[in-house]
Amino acid sequence: MSFMQRIIDFFSKKSTKSLGGGEKALSKQKAGGKMTARERIAALLDDGSFHEYDLFVEHNCKDFGMHEKELAADGVITGSGTIGGRPVCIYAQDFTVAGGSLGLMHARKITKVMDHAIKMGMPIIGINDSGGARIQEGVNSLAGYGEIFYRNTLASGVVPQISVILGPCAGGAVYSPALTDFVFVVDNISKMFITGPEVVKTVLGEEISMEDLGGARVQAETAGNAHFFANSEMECFEQIRQLVGFLPDSNRNKAAIIEQKKPKHSYKIEELLPKDSKIPFDVRDIVRSLVDDSEFLEVQELFAPNAITGFGRINGETVGIVGNQALVLAGVLDIDASDKIARFVRFCDSFNIPLVTLVDIPGYLPGSDQEHAGVIRHGAKVLYAYSEASVPKITVILRKAYGGGYIAMCSHHLRADFVFAWPTAEIAVMGPEGAANIIFRSEIMAAENPDEMRKLKVKEYTDKFANPYVAASAGYVDAVIAPEETRAYVAHALQMTRNKEELRPARKHGVAPF
Amino acid sequence: MSEQEKFGQIALENGLFEARLTKKFAARKPFEKKDPRVIKALIPGTVAELRTEVGKTIKEGETLMILEAMKMLNQIKAPFDATVKAISVANGEKVTKGQVLIELA
Repeated sequence: MSFMQRIIDFFSKKSTKSLGGGEKALSKQKAGGKMTARERIAALLDDGSFHEYDLFVEHNCKDFGMHEKELAADGVITGSGTIGGRPVCIYAQDFTVAGGSLGLMHARKITKVMDHAIKMGMPIIGINDSGGARIQEGVNSLAGYGEIFYRNTLASGVVPQISVILGPCAGGAVYSPALTDFVFVVDNISKMFITGPEVVKTVLGEEISMEDLGGARVQAETAGNAHFFANSEMECFEQIRQLVGFLPDSNRNKAAIIEQKKPKHSYKIEELLPKDSKIPFDVRDIVRSLVDDSEFLEVQELFAPNAITGFGRINGETVGIVGNQALVLAGVLDIDASDKIARFVRFCDSFNIPLVTLVDIPGYLPGSDQEHAGVIRHGAKVLYAYSEASVPKITVILRKAYGGGYIAMCSHHLRADFVFAWPTAEIAVMGPEGAANIIFRSEIMAAENPDEMRKLKVKEYTDKFANPYVAASAGYVDAVIAPEETRAYVAHALQMTRNKEELRPARKHGVAPF
Repeated sequence: MSEQEKFGQIALENGLFEARLTKKFAARKPFEKKDPRVIKALIPGTVAELRTEVGKTIKEGETLMILEAMKMLNQIKAPFDATVKAISVANGEKVTKGQVLIELA
């Protein structure tokens, strides 16, 4: 073969492989409202930054006539590139090649880029669009999944791991996303479940649509398996780019400090705050009045909306923000909210992201459903995560901070570095109504008009204890501050905690209340 | 601001609060005390074999029914000595989780 022939031969091979399942299959993918694997990578990464590896990898299955079949790139495209100039490793399953099914070599391509991401210290992004295990490859396919799960676990807390569900992701395959830090779903495209609707129907007689069983909305809103919900693939990629911008490359770095900006909205916080602490308001308005450019990227926006978690920046530095959302369910802590907060706190701690906690908590959600589903062990996750976190921890108590909720929401007792309280804060062992009913029970019972007496005693308790000064007098609050001073105080606290070091007893790892 | 919005009410230990309520919250089911005389399917499946009949006296631990579920032939046993008051399913019938199978007296 002459030199020129070799070059021509190479380009022809490359272009055939790059076509995945071929023109027909690619048009079918597009007709289904989905982008192709290559289009997805190109749309997500910086223009022209993608470099592909292992295009020439081939499967080695000999059974069921597979030795005659050629599967382009073995159904997955892998490589590296940049997002906003930052390096990332990426893989995208190609549904046009054998339904994106996972065989041994397909898995090896994935684990190769994962190993690369761990070693070089950069985020790994996986785009999932696969029918599941390649049945013809039998147990080798399972081995492939196992190798991926193992690396997901090794990479956890080392490099940020992002999963994007852009098609089916069913059976064992769901466990790779479940082990990663952030799962992105797109309405009408993402489908995640352990067993599909057909199995559910034949085995169990339960009729449910794919969308209702494991569609994007269900995963983002009800199950809480997904962290970001988008209406289109392009919107999803924009969310990923925004998220990557907030994160460090790995746990060996801090997130880049960018040019600082003032909040876009100059809300007057005292105008946002209702006069009565029982009237709901949107805590996200407070967040937007605190963070640079009022840019707040909410994580798990649709799941457990009685708590909020997300990323913002203060003076150019990434912070993780947690807050109780009085607007929904009065901002109670329940099982879902505890899970959401604890997981987010642990992510931030793993990746050196300071935590800012905005407290307005009336207590825990009562009810047999909560108790029987284990609100005790789930609620314990919040205490565990905050206590364990050694990143800078800054707490601002806006309004209610009652009982166990006060302790859990990053109080000094769990080693917050700074606790600030607004004059509107109510830091007490119980809310005035609950407390008055217990402390003044006999006086209320003995009164001629118990209702009047109760009101009187509630007011007495409120005046004396529903304020920040009792806690401040004990040193549990470092400073009572005016709402408009909040950003300045938090920024100062961040500056003061920049070199924070906290030593802990040596251990392999703790036993978190999973 | 949110003041025009119609809020629901949520009762907590620390008083009554107004807020948006979630779908999950609305779908909560009140606790029902389990009646040990009513045997329900713990998992969905198919009735593979009925081994008892109405009016029969049974002993604790006696197999009353084989329920095929999750590829297993599950033995449904009598929780205590009793008589069979009613059988609500037939051989070969598909049952859902929580469906009443047998009532004892």
